[in-house]
Amino acid sequence: MAHHCCSRFLDLSRFRGLKGNQVISCADILSAMLLRGIGQKLQMAYGLNARLLGFFMDKVILPCGDIAALVYFWNPFTIVSCVGLSTSPIENLAVILALFGAVTRRVPLAAFGFVMATHLSLYPATLAIPIIIILRYGLDAPPIKLFLQTRSVENEKSSTSTVSKQAKSKQTTHLPFLWKTVAHFLFWVLLWSLYVLVLCALSLNKYGGLEEMFKRTYGFILSIEDLSPNIGVFWYFFAEVFDFFRNFFLIVFHVNVLFMLLPLVIRLKHRPCFLAFVYLAISSILKSYPSVGDSALYLSLWALFVNELVDMKFSFFLFCGYLGISLLSPVMHNLWIWRGTGNANFYFGNAIGYACFQIVFVVESVSAMLNHDRALRRSSSNHGEVKS
Amino acid sequence: MACLVRSWIPLLFLQSFLVAIAFGSNEGEEFSEELLLKPLPDRKVLAHFHFENRAPPSNSHGRNHHLFPKAISQLVQKFRVKEMELSFTQGRWNHEHWGGFDPLSSMNAKPVGVELWAVFDVPQSQVDISWKNLTHALSGLFCASINFLESSTSYAAPTWGFGTNSDKLRYGSLPREAVCTENLTPWLKLLPCRDKDGISALMNRPSVYRGFYHSQRLHLSTVESGQEGLGSGIVLEQTLTVVIQPETTSVETNMQPSWSLSSLFGRKVVGSCVLAKSSNVYLQLEGRLGHESKNVDTEIEAHKLWMNSDFDLSLKPDRVIRESSSLLFIFDIDKSSDSEPFDLGLTWKLPSKWSCEQAPLHASRFLMGSGNERGAIAILLKATESQEKLSGRNLTTDGRCTIKANIFQIFPWYIKVYYHTLQIFVDQQQKTDSEVLKKINVSPSTDKVSSGMLEMMLELPCEVKSAAISIEYDKGFLHIDEYPPDANQGFDIPSALISFPSHHASLDFQEELSKSPLLSSFKEKSLVRSYTEVLLVPLTTPDFSMPYNVITITCTIFALYFGSLLNVLRRRIGEEERFLKSQAGKKRGGLKQLLSRLTAKIRGRPIEAPSSESPAAESSFLSSKLIFKIILVAGAAAAWQYFSTDK
Repeated sequence: MAHHCCSRFLDLSRFRGLKGNQVISCADILSAMLLRGIGQKLQMAYGLNARLLGFFMDKVILPCGDIAALVYFWNPFTIVSCVGLSTSPIENLAVILALFGAVTRRVPLAAFGFVMATHLSLYPATLAIPIIIILRYGLDAPPIKLFLQTRSVENEKSSTSTVSKQAKSKQTTHLPFLWKTVAHFLFWVLLWSLYVLVLCALSLNKYGGLEEMFKRTYGFILSIEDLSPNIGVFWYFFAEVFDFFRNFFLIVFHVNVLFMLLPLVIRLKHRPCFLAFVYLAISSILKSYPSVGDSALYLSLWALFVNELVDMKFSFFLFCGYLGISLLSPVMHNLWIWRGTGNANFYFGNAIGYACFQIVFVVESVSAMLNHDRALRRSSSNHGEVKS
Repeated sequence: MACLVRSWIPLLFLQSFLVAIAFGSNEGEEFSEELLLKPLPDRKVLAHFHFENRAPPSNSHGRNHHLFPKAISQLVQKFRVKEMELSFTQGRWNHEHWGGFDPLSSMNAKPVGVELWAVFDVPQSQVDISWKNLTHALSGLFCASINFLESSTSYAAPTWGFGTNSDKLRYGSLPREAVCTENLTPWLKLLPCRDKDGISALMNRPSVYRGFYHSQRLHLSTVESGQEGLGSGIVLEQTLTVVIQPETTSVETNMQPSWSLSSLFGRKVVGSCVLAKSSNVYLQLEGRLGHESKNVDTEIEAHKLWMNSDFDLSLKPDRVIRESSSLLFIFDIDKSSDSEPFDLGLTWKLPSKWSCEQAPLHASRFLMGSGNERGAIAILLKATESQEKLSGRNLTTDGRCTIKANIFQIFPWYIKVYYHTLQIFVDQQQKTDSEVLKKINVSPSTDKVSSGMLEMMLELPCEVKSAAISIEYDKGFLHIDEYPPDANQGFDIPSALISFPSHHASLDFQEELSKSPLLSSFKEKSLVRSYTEVLLVPLTTPDFSMPYNVITITCTIFALYFGSLLNVLRRRIGEEERFLKSQAGKKRGGLKQLLSRLTAKIRGRPIEAPSSESPAAESSFLSSKLIFKIILVAGAAAAWQYFSTDK
């Protein structure tokens, strides 16, 4: 659990014992490289789609892979969680590995990353949906309707026979359903999880076995037993809430993570990688024990979509907000815990601010992506009209 | 009314007479009361009351007790207690001045607050249940919050660090328990004479609680009869140890204060408790006083013992017993009466100084670090002056002289101790575990479930000057309900127990003793042990005044998240809406048509596409939907009713 990040970062004595961080920094480097790989694939797909739709050719396509890798590398949050010996870089590596495997269509790798990420922190379980969509339909693309429109415009222009037109439109409305790949993925997920569980069962045989492991890991995550301060809002909420309502609020908060899965899939099914980013961002907001390492992950994933999200609103405001929170929360933590001059509300206020900024960030990203699709449609219809 | 009372009085007398006869006939149960007085080097006086009540093994015990308190015997029978000790203490025993190497201090120097330990005679699986029930019973019996020891976070099961090796031992302590007269009254109730008669009549509450230290203790042990068919006997030992500063008028600071029983307690002893088999008062004078006169045989020299140039006793002792380093004067209070109350007094004539024997190492404990995130606990063992004189050192196989010290410590779960950070320093030099640590047993704590326990045995060289043990911990964060009413005061960590397994304290009387339970218990070898201070750990506190604010603000954030994200997802702008409308115009079902009509009506626009279907069909479709919905709701309600009544 990486929920002590903020406080760890303050304590200089921890710098002396940086023995174990080789693994963590290697994980960070590997994550950045994999992000670059994902970004290059996405960039290629973006260029291809733009060419298919026949516009935006004049615009420079930003090298989103390099940007994402740099954002991951030089993000203060990444540095802090690496220096603080948090385990979140390893969790992040597993998540990125899953995405990389899905993007490059290496199914066993994707399944391995997915199983490991779920095993380590439970919340990446939601990534199953985007990974399956990637494996079924391929990478991020503008909505299929758009292709249909352009096709139909082109068809009307070129072909004369109605039969061929019908056949073509039929072909395009049903994208190739790659059930085989999905089954392949599920098979590998099953295999890897069996493998992990058997290994765990073997090693935990003396300590209560798997049941105890689930209770102590997933149970610990789900029941929010630890109330030490982190950058989320749950610790204070559950420290203050009346015991009678505890279970109710636990259910409400965990269901909140799941509630948004379906609407997001419906609206963003043509952009599975972006969907994965949104899922990760949401789970890092609503996590039981969030850490800045989670933010580092979704911020670098966000950088993969710089081409699409150039028109995002409030970006300066959000940047200032993130900056302010990351400067203020160590101060408030110090005031409360170490100096005893502030009280818990100082730090909790920061956590609330951080949660708000994250929410605005996610909402604005989604909104910008949907607006981008709208703009594509508008311009494509204009394009079509101009062409015809 | 007065007549009635008068007629009752002879009856009462008769009754008490009969009771006395009944006691006389009952040979088995014995009660004895004793008081030990001891001037302390730092101008204070220690008074140690000792009451022992024995119920011999018998078939009928539990139903017919003459002297033995029924409540205790029922307790022992119900929970099958083999041995138990409960102590209520206020103040800290001063090991340097009041002694640390005599049976009195090793048995009666107790940690602040309530300490309870018990050994049960039940199967291993039922020990915890018995303990919980016992704590509740004792809580009711002694008007104290001993029931807080019920929760598994507050007690531990020491294996060997406590001194008693048993796997059915449970130990718990409540450092913050305030001890007062409400705890003493039920304790006195267990005595046959209460505080009405005999030595216990001295327990004047203001003078007892005015003292520097008072510790009331109840120790009971069962004695197996060994015979088939007989139950086990019970020995109940009740002690009250008080350290009082006598009021002095003398201006000389180096002169020991003179005192008498009436000046110490404000009362005098008028006769013994008639139910007691023996009632004695002892005066123990320590140090060089004992060595002054040796080989005293004659009456004159014996007289010199209690009336000499140093001090005067106001009463003539019945017997004088010499111990290796002290003198013991024995007084029998049976002779005292109303006209001639027993009021022992000690008058010092010359300034005198002496010191008490001390434990081989003096233990103290303190906290290190600042802030509310983490810290460290350190236990410091310092060599005392008397160490050289002590016997009981161990020679290891290679001929080194060593002192063994057991440390037993309970950590509440919110003190999250990192056992790997255990560091041992001997004479300011860090030692590896293998050098000094002979044995260690750790049971880590579980959050909100069980407390942690550390037992370790150190083997230190005899010439050690100081040894320090430090261990780091993180502070936990508690739920708002888990804080005590004054949360900002901090939390108490129970005292650590330092015992020296190779050292045993006993008084070595040179003469054969009369049957005195107190002296015979002193003669038995007892483990030298000392308790450290209670530590006060401040923990971070949430804001207790605003749970509602926190709940509402957090829920607002969730609403913000949910609402704004959903809004973004379902927002459609101009052309999309038009596209959808044109789509809808092409093929629309009944419900869609209805909806579009409704929206049109609301917006006040004409209906775009005329409906072709008949209104009757529409209404039937509507009604079937409606009926389906009603059935669904009714089914849900019925299911809810069924499941809720099922519980």
